[in-house]
Amino acid sequence: MKQQYVFGLSALLAIVGLSMFAYKWQFLGFPVKEDQETPVWTIESSIAFDSGPGSIKVNLHIPTLTPGFRMLNENSVSRGYGFSVNYGTGGREAQWAIRRADGPQTIYYRISIYEDARSDQSDTTPPFPPPPVINEPFRTAIDVIVAEVREQSADTGSFTSELLRRMNDASPGPNVELLLSNVGTSADFVGSLTTILASARIPARMIHGFELQGRLRNAEPMTWLEVHDGDRWRYFDPSTGDENLPDRFFIWWRGNEPLISVEGGSNVQVSFAVQENHLDAVAIAETQVAQQGTNLIDFSLYSLPIQTQAVYSVLLMIPIGALVMVVLRNMIGIDAFGTFMPVLIALAFRETRLLWGVILFTMLVALGLSIRFLLERLRLLLVPRLSAVLIVVVGLMLLISLVSHRLGMETGLSVALFPMVIIAMTIERMSVVWEERGATDAIRAGIGSLVVAVTAYMFMGLGWLEHLIFTFPELLLVVLALVLLAGRYTGYRLLELSRFKTLAGS
Amino acid sequence: MLASHQQLREAGVLGLNERNCDFIMRLNPRRLYPRVDNKAITKELAIAAGMAVPELYGIIANQREVRNFANIVAELDSFAIKPAQGSGGDGILVVTGRSKRKRDSFRLSSGVLISEAEIAHHLSNIVSGQYSLSGNPDKALIEYCVRFDPVFSEVSYQGVPDIRVIVYRGYPAMAMVRLPTRASDGKANLHQGAVGAGICMSSGETLAGVLDNDVVDDHPDTGALVSGLLIPHWDFILQSAARGYDVTELGYLGVDMVIDKHHGPLILEMNARPGLNIQIANCTGLATRIARIDEIFKSDAGAVERARVARREFPAERQTSIEF
Repeated sequence: MKQQYVFGLSALLAIVGLSMFAYKWQFLGFPVKEDQETPVWTIESSIAFDSGPGSIKVNLHIPTLTPGFRMLNENSVSRGYGFSVNYGTGGREAQWAIRRADGPQTIYYRISIYEDARSDQSDTTPPFPPPPVINEPFRTAIDVIVAEVREQSADTGSFTSELLRRMNDASPGPNVELLLSNVGTSADFVGSLTTILASARIPARMIHGFELQGRLRNAEPMTWLEVHDGDRWRYFDPSTGDENLPDRFFIWWRGNEPLISVEGGSNVQVSFAVQENHLDAVAIAETQVAQQGTNLIDFSLYSLPIQTQAVYSVLLMIPIGALVMVVLRNMIGIDAFGTFMPVLIALAFRETRLLWGVILFTMLVALGLSIRFLLERLRLLLVPRLSAVLIVVVGLMLLISLVSHRLGMETGLSVALFPMVIIAMTIERMSVVWEERGATDAIRAGIGSLVVAVTAYMFMGLGWLEHLIFTFPELLLVVLALVLLAGRYTGYRLLELSRFKTLAGS
Repeated sequence: MLASHQQLREAGVLGLNERNCDFIMRLNPRRLYPRVDNKAITKELAIAAGMAVPELYGIIANQREVRNFANIVAELDSFAIKPAQGSGGDGILVVTGRSKRKRDSFRLSSGVLISEAEIAHHLSNIVSGQYSLSGNPDKALIEYCVRFDPVFSEVSYQGVPDIRVIVYRGYPAMAMVRLPTRASDGKANLHQGAVGAGICMSSGETLAGVLDNDVVDDHPDTGALVSGLLIPHWDFILQSAARGYDVTELGYLGVDMVIDKHHGPLILEMNARPGLNIQIANCTGLATRIARIDEIFKSDAGAVERARVARREFPAERQTSIEF
């Protein structure tokens, strides 16, 4: 009956722990590996213009929906301008306004983004566009092209591809030539494409953005074609007709409208600079969680002050040490002093390093034990006796530190990091065992404690494990589940297989 | 060399985890522990039940009563002083006689003479809790000093040979005799180097001995054959052990007895967490016997009946190396 309770409870704990872990890992993007970094791009647009006599109003299109990317943060730098963000037809627009300004002006808008393949923010399904009003002779030319392309295509996708093929043909037909006659830039080209597509009642628009790679001083926005096929938006390369989007294409704004409009200014220059950085994946995951408004982040240890974090990253390893302890004692059968003494000793080893830790610990216990035997003759009561041992341990620590400092061995100073109360208790326990069960047992248990401490230290020192537990503290539930299961382990301990070997095979 | 998990299971060996989890935690509720951990309570219960224990001359419960010591022992030449909650034999003083010239100085078992004032000091140390592991104030028991029956004198080196019986739900399940050696320093603890010899539950005859988990035929110090000793009063020993359950209500109990020259078997102490070495001494697994007891368990069986059942059910299953 109890067995079932324990199994049930362990399963529950493990499931809760693992599912929280999986959620944070898979959906919130918390990194499983240590020092995992994510590239972050900072794109800065600087707007320079000469101020006119009156009030100035600057409207800049800024990124709204960015498939494949998520925004980390954005900010604007300007001198004395009022700043607001509005939603226009083409998405978000940043607006700077000032009553009056003198001389050349520069305004900066900066956005930091990181790649996230799961960010699939696409626009809603648009209505069918109204047939555009076009003058002759373009009207006829477009009608002819649309009719011909429609003949040779099956759906929106193939229609667009076919149209683009014709428009990019090295020896275009007369109708195409007419349409391209007043096309200058690639934006104009894509603009006329959207007009043709609108005549075919296909929702299409221009998208402008950047192909992010490393550092770019003067990035020119590229224009791409976006076509809605009734289900989703599809991207076409306007110069080849291939349906694709360049790798790491970051969409800055959509639509036919110009990037910027400046009222009351002249000589407008907009330039973009792209900078690639690497940020800790944890930081990004957290920002993201904060943006999503999940209050899970409130329970993340990364929200604690840095120093407290350092403490907890150590404290959270204690359960791992306890698990090691459980396995070594209940499954292997190693004899050790105290329940958690070895785990605390292992914590001290973190500071002293292993070799010195073992040497100093052995030295302290051996010295303390011999002094404890001297105290034994005085026949003291328990509490005064323990206190005396404690004082002696402190004194010994002091002595070891001073002597090693004199000898120029700084490692000896770290002896002070040993939990002295624990050492005092160890000495006391060891001397009691020594008296009751003899030296062999006491020394064996002492060595056992050291073995457990060293093993626990090895596990507690695993960098990836520390990171994992600190980032996903819910994994402690899994540790708890394992400990509960071990609590109902009634099989033989490994050392019992040797102890009872004479009984086997009857 | 290791035995496999499977082999031990088949041999019915009881492991530590199983003992703790399935028997001690289930059958020995913590509130009953004082009945065995505190010798004063054990004694009181045992006397009330009319069991054979070393006669209690007096209890010194606090500092004020220390001065009663002289009165308690006024008529006595030999006695033993024990802390009620001591462990491992710490704080025990065995007085074997008095000085011929001065009646207020006592001779200890080691031969040393000690004054009454020194004994009073020792008593006050006991009462203040020096020998109790928890450090709490304790009581001192003054009781009959056991004179050992010579049955084990050939196979023990000084010290106190005793008989340990494991009692499962009131039924004696397994027994062994623990023989001190020079290495064990007169103590009857197997892990200190004492020789343990299993006992055939049916006949009360000792089997081969075990020293440090290995089978031995003779005592390492005296060289005498350990096996084949017939333990006197075997019936009574089993009955006393079985009654230990009635008194303590601990379902998994170790009863330690000694055989006195004049008074026969006496219960020295009882243990709520008896060790598992007894299996090695008997070359038999406890789990098998425990399972059998669960089968034949009758809640209304008296101690005599339970001891009889144990004699019937658990003869030594095999003789050990002597026969090979």
